[in-house]
Amino acid sequence: MAKKVLGNATVDVDAEGFLTDFSQWTRAVAAAIAAEEGIAELGPVHWKVIEFMQKEFKENGQVPSVRRLNKSGVVTTKELYEMFPGGPAKKAAKIAGLKKPEGCV
Amino acid sequence: MRNLVILGAGTGGTVMANHLRRRLPKQEWAITIVDRNDEHYYQPGFLFIPFGFLRRKNIVKPKSKFIPKGVDFLVAEADRIVPGENRVFLKDGRILPYDILIVATGAEIVPAETPGMLDGWRDTIFDFYTPDGAEALGAKLKTFPGGTLVVHVNETPIKCPVAPLEFAFFCDDCLRRHGKRDKVEIVFVTPLSAAFTKPVASKVLGNLLEKKNIRMVTDFNAERIDAAGRKIVCYDGREVPYDLLVTIPTNMGSELIERSGMGDEFRFLPTDPKTLRSKKYANVFALGDATDVPASKAGSVVHFQSEILTENILRAIDGRELEPAFDGHANCFVEMGKGKAVLIDFNYETEPLPGRFPFPFIGPMPLLKPSRLNHWGKLAFRWMYWHLLLRGRKIPFVPARMKMTGKKRPDAASGGSK
Repeated sequence: MAKKVLGNATVDVDAEGFLTDFSQWTRAVAAAIAAEEGIAELGPVHWKVIEFMQKEFKENGQVPSVRRLNKSGVVTTKELYEMFPGGPAKKAAKIAGLKKPEGCV
Repeated sequence: MRNLVILGAGTGGTVMANHLRRRLPKQEWAITIVDRNDEHYYQPGFLFIPFGFLRRKNIVKPKSKFIPKGVDFLVAEADRIVPGENRVFLKDGRILPYDILIVATGAEIVPAETPGMLDGWRDTIFDFYTPDGAEALGAKLKTFPGGTLVVHVNETPIKCPVAPLEFAFFCDDCLRRHGKRDKVEIVFVTPLSAAFTKPVASKVLGNLLEKKNIRMVTDFNAERIDAAGRKIVCYDGREVPYDLLVTIPTNMGSELIERSGMGDEFRFLPTDPKTLRSKKYANVFALGDATDVPASKAGSVVHFQSEILTENILRAIDGRELEPAFDGHANCFVEMGKGKAVLIDFNYETEPLPGRFPFPFIGPMPLLKPSRLNHWGKLAFRWMYWHLLLRGRKIPFVPARMKMTGKKRPDAASGGSK
């Protein structure tokens, strides 16, 4: 566990930079993580994805998969890749203050 | 008389039938197990078929042979579960009412989920997750003149997450032995950011790929496959060309779960990760590949789950509270080629770590390190599978819950969740 300064907040993160305490998450923290991940600005659809992921996590205790996001109608997989270049599920989860998606374990 | 119905006579269903018939009185409980066919495959054996190390006949036995006396085994296809009525409808019109239902319907590959994958199916695109696929791939490899061989994981989660790595290692080993390694470029393409999901094992396995001159392409999510142009196309525009594509298509649960309206986006049954009870229905339980729990989809996991699920079903019958005892324990041998294998032992909380297994210091098996003994362990496991595991007997010295003794956490990786 490590401390990290994001914008004007200090948060607890794991070795890969995922927040370990969701109560420290704010929209400003999200924007700061996004900037580190190469996303200059979080637009309305970014926020829709982030809020959907947080809601799903709260309800199911699991970070939703790309397939789940696509099926939910929030965003298509193609759009997701455009908005969160690289690993969208992982990046979006990080920005949303959630843990790393479990994938195949 | 009350009814316990098990759907699926694979590893999970068979073990549960064996455990529960011993524990539930025959005069009170009828147990019925349903499966589409009577062929039980030792699935870890699929990996060995394309290389000629095993043949299909070496890894298949009748399912009925492992169902204990006093359990009705029906070879029939289930059409749907109606959980509101506590009934299972079979395709032949029969109806099975249940007091308790165990879902053990497994997972399967679904190549149709990726546009273009079926265009080159068993021509230049192969799988080794089915007996037919593994045999067809074996025939193809024999005549493969050389070029780019791509081992590809389409989407996670998959059954046996280490099998694609093992396949790549075996390819390297076989080609070297035949003096043809320089004619084939091996590329490993994965949607993950590394060779494995967890940092310490990723490093060890990633280094092995590099050492064996296997190129790794990470964070690659296939949007489609261009079978005519022989390339995989990623959502972000990257392309990986191939001459021979060995893919692990998207893995999904049984269509039965979808028809019953009980599945998630992968047709897996939402299941409490610790008690193994359905999140929605109090008298429905699940184990193995059919669940959505974030554990490996592997036989060892099913074995550990079965011990805990048996206790929880007995508790549910007695009206007692369930024990949230399942910790996600998995124990896997990873074949590396050259007669060596790596052993990994881990759970929900603790990633695979180096050390000794099952006993601290003396082992005899080293964890997360190639060894001949681990390779022999994997081969011996086939015997244990048929004779101990399926019959619900204990595997010597390997308890259902993971032990930390004997494990060492390297300093560099101590930033994890524990």
